[in-house]
Amino acid sequence: MKKRIGIEDISKPSPTLSELHQEDFKPLPPPFDRPESTPDFAPLSEKARENYEASLDDTIAVSIPKPKNKQEEDELVAKFLSGLQKLFTEENNWTFLQPLLLSMDHCATCHTCSDACHIYEASGRNPIYRPAYRSEVFRRLYKKFVKSKGGGLLQAWRDGEIELNWTTVARLAELAYRCNLCRRCAQTCPIGVDNGLIAREIRKLFSQEMGITAKELHETGSVLQLKVGSSTGMNKAVVKDNMEFIDEDVSEMTGMTIETPWDKAGADVLLIHNAGEIMAWPMNPGAFAVIFESAGLSWTMSSEIAGYDSINYGVWYDDVQLARVAIKHAEAAKKLGVKKIVLGECGHAHKALTVIADRVLTGDLNVPRESCMVTLEDLIFSGRIKVDPERNDFPVTLHDPCNLVRLMGVVEPQRRILRHIAPKFREMEPHGVHNYCCGGGSGFAIMSGHNFNDWRHQIGGRKKLEQILNAFKDELDPSIKKFVCTPCSNCKGQLRDLIAYYDLWEKHSIMYDGLVELIVNCMTDVKPGFIEWEMH
Amino acid sequence: MLLVFCYVCVVVFVAAVLCRAVKIARLPIHLRWELYPVAHEKGRASYGGSYLEESDWWTKPRESSWVGELRVMIPEIILLAGVWEHNRNHWFRSFPFHFGLYVLAGLFGLLLVGGIAAAAGMDVSTGGGLAGAILYHLTYLMGYVGLGLGLVGTLALLGRRIFEADYREYAKKADYLNLIFFAVTFVVALAAHATVDRDFAGLRAFFERLVTFEFSSAVALPWLTGLEIVLASVLLAYIPMTHMSHFFTKWFMYHDIRWSDEPNLVGGKIERQVAAAFEYPLSWSAPHIRGDGKKNWGDVATSGVEEENGEK
Repeated sequence: MKKRIGIEDISKPSPTLSELHQEDFKPLPPPFDRPESTPDFAPLSEKARENYEASLDDTIAVSIPKPKNKQEEDELVAKFLSGLQKLFTEENNWTFLQPLLLSMDHCATCHTCSDACHIYEASGRNPIYRPAYRSEVFRRLYKKFVKSKGGGLLQAWRDGEIELNWTTVARLAELAYRCNLCRRCAQTCPIGVDNGLIAREIRKLFSQEMGITAKELHETGSVLQLKVGSSTGMNKAVVKDNMEFIDEDVSEMTGMTIETPWDKAGADVLLIHNAGEIMAWPMNPGAFAVIFESAGLSWTMSSEIAGYDSINYGVWYDDVQLARVAIKHAEAAKKLGVKKIVLGECGHAHKALTVIADRVLTGDLNVPRESCMVTLEDLIFSGRIKVDPERNDFPVTLHDPCNLVRLMGVVEPQRRILRHIAPKFREMEPHGVHNYCCGGGSGFAIMSGHNFNDWRHQIGGRKKLEQILNAFKDELDPSIKKFVCTPCSNCKGQLRDLIAYYDLWEKHSIMYDGLVELIVNCMTDVKPGFIEWEMH
Repeated sequence: MLLVFCYVCVVVFVAAVLCRAVKIARLPIHLRWELYPVAHEKGRASYGGSYLEESDWWTKPRESSWVGELRVMIPEIILLAGVWEHNRNHWFRSFPFHFGLYVLAGLFGLLLVGGIAAAAGMDVSTGGGLAGAILYHLTYLMGYVGLGLGLVGTLALLGRRIFEADYREYAKKADYLNLIFFAVTFVVALAAHATVDRDFAGLRAFFERLVTFEFSSAVALPWLTGLEIVLASVLLAYIPMTHMSHFFTKWFMYHDIRWSDEPNLVGGKIERQVAAAFEYPLSWSAPHIRGDGKKNWGDVATSGVEEENGEK
């Protein structure tokens, strides 16, 4: 029988609040239904346990150095408390105060959210991964220290017991990074409570008050982006160089002459890619260039700071960084005087700039933003791009990036394109706004420290793996090449790693890539064979 | 005395609901955080699409449908459609409880109407003409159905919190009190109507005094009916002060957050609200912000991280 873990247990010091055992995880469909068919979950090293806070479960995402003594612990707890107070003030948190308060005050603990969570399900229903677990811990802290200014017997009787100590704080910081922020749980809440929002608000408290966050999101993420222009570290000169190489490669592959326009003032469209594409999947920006040039679109890329990297990691942990990056994106567009920004294949960038930052950008910074799915659909169905679907005569399924679909409502354009260009397209189940996260959401796709890689593939990505295997269940034979269309850079990173982790390409010929690669692969004025059928 | 107590409880209920609603409504604008499907998206709500699926969407009129909202909200509120779909097991407990309360709200309305009708001289009984007879029969029918469903649902929810560990671990003492409070109220009411007020005429007579502010006539109520009235009144005043206030805050959850997809247009109301919010001073103290309570959101959002660190 599995260990029961109560809310108050989070405050009780112990080596690990919850141990992870592979045999507890949700069974996978064939051919991964035998224990020996999946990789081992590597144990956390002793060195990591010594140096970092690791008492939540058997992994680490944030890498919080252990306080040296009780005094340091107390200082950190005091800082947490100060951040907790600030989170519930209009001045410090106008950005999310109303949604947060409503979610704090109205949970009926009916647990409807639990079954919606892929992490809870994949872990074999580990109690600490229940969406309501971290929310309930945080809710009790809020009610004790913000609403009741320290609590009391009546308060504990009414709102539940919780003790605030360093163990609670350290575990809560890690626990905020065991959620993909996909908000599938919120979709099912009969009241409207949003556990995904609560997880993000906890991350925000740690980042904005204590400076504690995952290094990949902050230091080498948004900070680097604001400093040099991109979280990839590419500055203006490097990105232009790289795109020049991509133009050359793509020209050779397609037989067309492609030259990406840079800083073209007055162009209709400013295209902003996730710069990770330029580094890791160069054929994606290359394919965009092919499509836009073939269609005769007036477009440009920008070499301004952040103007060539659409990522906005602030979406996952920090409102200040979110606003700073969004403003940089808008400034790049404003400077060029473009009619609109088109976002490349990156889900969180879509949501950040189009939806969330809609209430950040004012005046002439409020440059219209559009999803590339919509632009591409327009180009294809207006006849500006000629396609031969027979060139895509292989099984194709579609992964729905949560940010693009559930959180933005861009559902059908990509489907209409796929139904048109991929004769063997089939849906995953469930799909659309009811999809499952790939397991890389909220920044996990770029986080692989310690053994977190095992966690995000064995737990975070388990449900997606199951969906992919089911979508191709009758064609798992490696002689049939199969394609998971993944129109999001972050999801693509996760799927790349998931496919490599379970050896899906070698064993079952399951490959992934974006939508634009599939489009170019079937364009009639392009040489056949654009898709790279090799692991990349 | 009992009349005054009832008035006070009703006033507390109304004041608590208004106070909370106004407080929530006056919170500053927040960043957009909608969740699809958004029910008012005309022609797209069925699959969860948005106006963002249109090219150059900002140049086109937005088609919003309040009928679409009603199509979602009515089954959601009345039938708990979301719980039915996502947590069937819980629905069998939660639905009778909630539906019982709706029926009892209907009973409250009927008693008010009955009270007014009686005060106006109408005979509310089997022999009181068609309207009087309908009112008479409907009242006790709704009363028994509402109380019965409410009790069954309450006991089922209470049982779950007591006997199922997943629920027990999250339950606060107040959760048990709330459910016990409901159960006791329902039991007392059922006992009162099973013994001393079978056709709810006693309760209607009390409502007649309520609506006519009839303090002078000292009609002696059976003690069970008196207790029923006291418990129901306290419960009414208590509900909006607990998480059960979701009966009206759900409106904000849906309209201000989940379905709040109104775009920020240049020169519009949202833009003015956002500009005002950017004036808020902030005091977050992480190194990349260094809020001092004087710098506002606008200052911080338009400055670089390196400047904040003093590394420029």
